[in-house]
Amino acid sequence: MRLPTSAPVRVPRLLRGYRPLRPGPDTFDQRADRSRLRSRMFALVLACLTVMTLDHHPGPGSPLEPARTAMGSVFGPVESGTSAVVRPVTAMGDWFRTRRQMQNDIASLQSQNSRLRSEQATSEYARNQLAEFRGLTSAADTLGQALVPAHVVAYGPAQSFSRTVTIDAGSDAGLRPDQTVLNDDGLVGRVLRVTPTTATVLLIVDTESVVGGRVGASMQVGFLRGRGGLGDHGTLDLQLVDEADAPSEGDSIVTWGSRDGAPYVAGVPIGRVTAVYASLRESSQRAVISPYVDFGALDLVGVVVPSGTRSDRGVIEADGSLQ
Amino acid sequence: MKPVRVAVSAVLVVAALVLQVAIFPHLAWEGIVPNCCLLIVVAAALVRGPSFAATLGFFAGLMLDLAPPADHVAGRWALALVVVGFVAGLMRQDTRPAASTVVATVAVASFVGTSVYALTGVILGDSVGGSGDLVRVIVVALLWDVLLTPLVVPGVMRLLTRLEPAGAR
Repeated sequence: MRLPTSAPVRVPRLLRGYRPLRPGPDTFDQRADRSRLRSRMFALVLACLTVMTLDHHPGPGSPLEPARTAMGSVFGPVESGTSAVVRPVTAMGDWFRTRRQMQNDIASLQSQNSRLRSEQATSEYARNQLAEFRGLTSAADTLGQALVPAHVVAYGPAQSFSRTVTIDAGSDAGLRPDQTVLNDDGLVGRVLRVTPTTATVLLIVDTESVVGGRVGASMQVGFLRGRGGLGDHGTLDLQLVDEADAPSEGDSIVTWGSRDGAPYVAGVPIGRVTAVYASLRESSQRAVISPYVDFGALDLVGVVVPSGTRSDRGVIEADGSLQ
Repeated sequence: MKPVRVAVSAVLVVAALVLQVAIFPHLAWEGIVPNCCLLIVVAAALVRGPSFAATLGFFAGLMLDLAPPADHVAGRWALALVVVGFVAGLMRQDTRPAASTVVATVAVASFVGTSVYALTGVILGDSVGGSGDLVRVIVVALLWDVLLTPLVVPGVMRLLTRLEPAGAR
């Protein structure tokens, strides 16, 4: 018996060698294969949807939180270890700076130097001010703020559209959720969740992040929302509570602070106003803030903890001493 | 061979995940890193077909969703990588695939994966940046994935083939 022959189908070169999607008469085996694949795909997609439904409101109430904590305690040490291994290599970037870059550095340092020298001439007044600020600093001492130092060991990929990092200090170091994270430039973010050895930090440039801020020049208060910008140039939006009063360009913004310093303590520098937009329709002002912190190159950060916290590492106390 | 296969796949996915969150950010462009887990899933799909790859994609995605510093609704990467495993698995052929086929598959998979992830974010009300950012992330991630393909995919494919020769299936 002869099978009816059909005209040869032209197959594009890229697809040559593939099994055709619709083969001729099915063998029983192939059909069983296909139905098995279909049921497995159905089960997998259903499982994904179930997980998403369970975790619809991520946070302490989510039923997946134990799983997150367990994964954190497994992956945290691995991430810390890997990061510690590559840190000497990533720090090597500084070695390969060109002569031109160094000359630029020298030029900028020289100009800075001469500016400082001229400032020194008018420093008498500044010194008196400084004495006043010292008083404030000692008052800050009594607020009881101490810092736990930590390294950033892992970054959330930008493909995930959320700006989070892992730091290598956790509940063993005295960390709890909703503590302020900062570095020597300014505010970095807040602690979202902790495992014994690591903690996840939500950066202030994330779109979910809202920080109470205060304009340094006018003492106006407002809310800063992250805009989720990519890379180094993440920016924040500032909306003032009193919308009649607009900040001016170049004003610095510090944290407003909340009760008991959770999630943010008061007076941490956040950023500088770079642009102000007025919306006539809503009669409100929107200011764009460029943060002081370079979020593309985070490394050493400090987490604000209550003074006298027991920790597995040295704690920098408010007076500068190391415990 | 099954336990060995599962163990090897697990080790590959864990290594890819650690590479992706702890090492590649130092080389990242605007925070966008190559999606190593996706490359592993594509390699598995080209060797072993949609069923195995979709299952591997589910577990790899779940790890991406739960391991720190992830903070989005869990299951989003899992769904994206299940779809990627299935789509890439349809491209499997009986002979060894040509280099151009592998690259094309990775490009399609990367586009589909990032898009599905972003789409679930829109549906669930999770944060996805503006549409300009979205397009940029998808394009740059695709370029990264294609760039990394020659370094990762052939090795993984060879490993998986050696683990279970095509004839033994």
